Amino acid sequence: MAKLKDLAQMEDRLVAGHGMCLGCGIPLIMKIVLRATEDPLIVANATGCLEVCTTIFPRTSWNISWVHSAFENAASTIAGVESMYQALKKKGRIPQDKKVKFLGIGGDGGTYDIGLQALSGAMERGHDIVYLCYDNNAYANTGGQRSSATPVGASATTSPSGTQSPGKLQRRKDLTKVMAAHGIPYAAQASPGRWKDLYNKAKKAFEVEGPAFLNVLCLCPTEWKYDEAKGLQLAQDAVDTCVWPLYEVENGKYKINYKPRKKKPITEWLKPQGRFRHLFKEENASVIQRIQKEIDEEWEELNRLAGFSQQK
Amino acid sequence: MSTLKTLNGNQSVAEAARQIDPDVVAAYPITPSTSIVETIAKFKADGLITGEFVCPESEHSAMSLCIGAASGGGRVMTATGSQGLALMWEMLYIAAGLRLPIVAGIVNRSLSAPINIHGDHSDTMGARDSGWIQIYSENCQEAYDNFIQAFRIAEHLDVRTPALVGLDGFIISHSLEGIQVEDDEKIKKFAGEYKPVYPMLDTDQKKTVGPIDFTDYYFEHKRNQIEGIENAPKVIEEVGKEFGKEFGREYGFFEEYRTDDAEVCIVVMSSAAGTCKDAVDELRNQGKKVGLLKPRVFRPFPHRKIAEVLKRMKAVAVLDRSSSPGAFGAPLFTEIRSALYDYPERPKIVNYVYGLGGRDIKGEHFKEVASKLERIAKTGKVEEIYGYINLRE
Repeated sequence: MAKLKDLAQMEDRLVAGHGMCLGCGIPLIMKIVLRATEDPLIVANATGCLEVCTTIFPRTSWNISWVHSAFENAASTIAGVESMYQALKKKGRIPQDKKVKFLGIGGDGGTYDIGLQALSGAMERGHDIVYLCYDNNAYANTGGQRSSATPVGASATTSPSGTQSPGKLQRRKDLTKVMAAHGIPYAAQASPGRWKDLYNKAKKAFEVEGPAFLNVLCLCPTEWKYDEAKGLQLAQDAVDTCVWPLYEVENGKYKINYKPRKKKPITEWLKPQGRFRHLFKEENASVIQRIQKEIDEEWEELNRLAGFSQQK
Repeated sequence: MSTLKTLNGNQSVAEAARQIDPDVVAAYPITPSTSIVETIAKFKADGLITGEFVCPESEHSAMSLCIGAASGGGRVMTATGSQGLALMWEMLYIAAGLRLPIVAGIVNRSLSAPINIHGDHSDTMGARDSGWIQIYSENCQEAYDNFIQAFRIAEHLDVRTPALVGLDGFIISHSLEGIQVEDDEKIKKFAGEYKPVYPMLDTDQKKTVGPIDFTDYYFEHKRNQIEGIENAPKVIEEVGKEFGKEFGREYGFFEEYRTDDAEVCIVVMSSAAGTCKDAVDELRNQGKKVGLLKPRVFRPFPHRKIAEVLKRMKAVAVLDRSSSPGAFGAPLFTEIRSALYDYPERPKIVNYVYGLGGRDIKGEHFKEVASKLERIAKTGKVEEIYGYINLRE
């Protein structure tokens, strides 16, 4: 495990000057993930906040090679770069001892929704790549429309709360499990609130041979509507309420990396966020109950999976 | 020494691919191009190619992989057609906009609905504004020859524009022909070594590929891209001549067949041109002054060169194997009619749509077209400027 002091001294691969929002979780995540390998790294970025905010021509914040082609295909684009690497290595046009790592990055829109097929395909084909999803629970780049990662009860612009609706009615897609079900060597869920855990997972993801998937909860003050100074506390609350459990699935085995000593009630997570404000009206009390029930069930199921894995 | 081999159109493209051995082939199977992909997969399985072969989960991902691979820094190809090309649509523009010289073998097939698996040009004609170079083949030999030349054209540093080579679904893709297959070494030498421009895999030189342009740069970058394809004619000509010198089959922008003293001319691309040649021969035997012009390169469109040939005709019929619903004529027609606009002396010109969904076009149909042209030439009157061939109304 690297020390924070050493990590801080590594050269930044995504440098200052980008246009991401004050308090945005993406640069936090990038700062840690991009330091988790010392090998040369090439990134393919889906259309989204990170892409738009870091590469406004003629400027770039990327201190490494980076490519953007479209919204739904960061996984297939990075798979293409990796394929070329394999080819040129076999043909002797890249030295045998030269190691390069490949990272596809997308938000939840580009990953859970429009890019799911490309991601699934790339994982199934076994490319030696890491795919990182920064999940801010909405299409934040275009003003906060719902995605399949938007949680129950959140008000998004295409699932707004109103007199007849408590916001989004459908459950989130559990993408980390979906990716683990591909039988890939490594899939993990992390939060920028627990940076060491995130670092370890990113390091593992880069080290395994074959495809790895990282799903990282991403703070979004703009769409979640909270006091940005309290972002990291919120990221911690996400894991303490078990809204966003930290776990990994290594070669099919589930392992929970953090168990809150005392699970916090879901209201601790909901309350500070404007997107859930309407839930605290009397008529929406049942929605909060529903959310708590579902979170409890999911946590129980995850513990069952992890326990089952331990017995094996 | 070249070898005479019996190959169908798809095998001819696959054979060219084996000889050139691109660094990455990423392709998804779709009728009728499937056997290009299968043959390359088998080449890989048998160790006959050294490049990577990736079979992704869709054509959209196939083109995305091609884009990733080409930005990595190497020679890349794919094959598809019809719905597959339609699914790639978004990425076609991006491949061209990023100036990646990807080469695609396109087995031309109709577009749904109604679903139909047979040959017409709706797929590539729909992609005509995507920024790709488009070259069409009459037969298996041309498919092979064009596919080889496409790499040289696309990769030329003044061009750096992706190129597709069309061959008609089933009519060519699945018909066996005797074709001259050149020696592997000669083809490798002709294709030359690939020299990547801004390869991402040269990690010592970091690159940001595909940044966002706002209103201040987008237009200029698009202008640069257009310049690339505008530079292509010179290269197409040079490569076609060099190919001729090397292998005895020279290529230009189009083929003229018995046009020298022709008074009326039929313009038709791809496989139908072969049938048309037979019809022209028969008509010539009857003393009729009929010729054929077969465009080979549709993008960039050789407007001036074609107009120079057609301007002296009395009447011209442009036959399109696609339609452009609601437009003033189908794609090839509108190009040619527009090309002739500046000439004070120009022929009467009509447009016929034929062969949609693989409907046959036979010698008798070309003869009917020729007799209509003769009537137009004689009377100077065009009764119907736009019509259909071999269609039940």
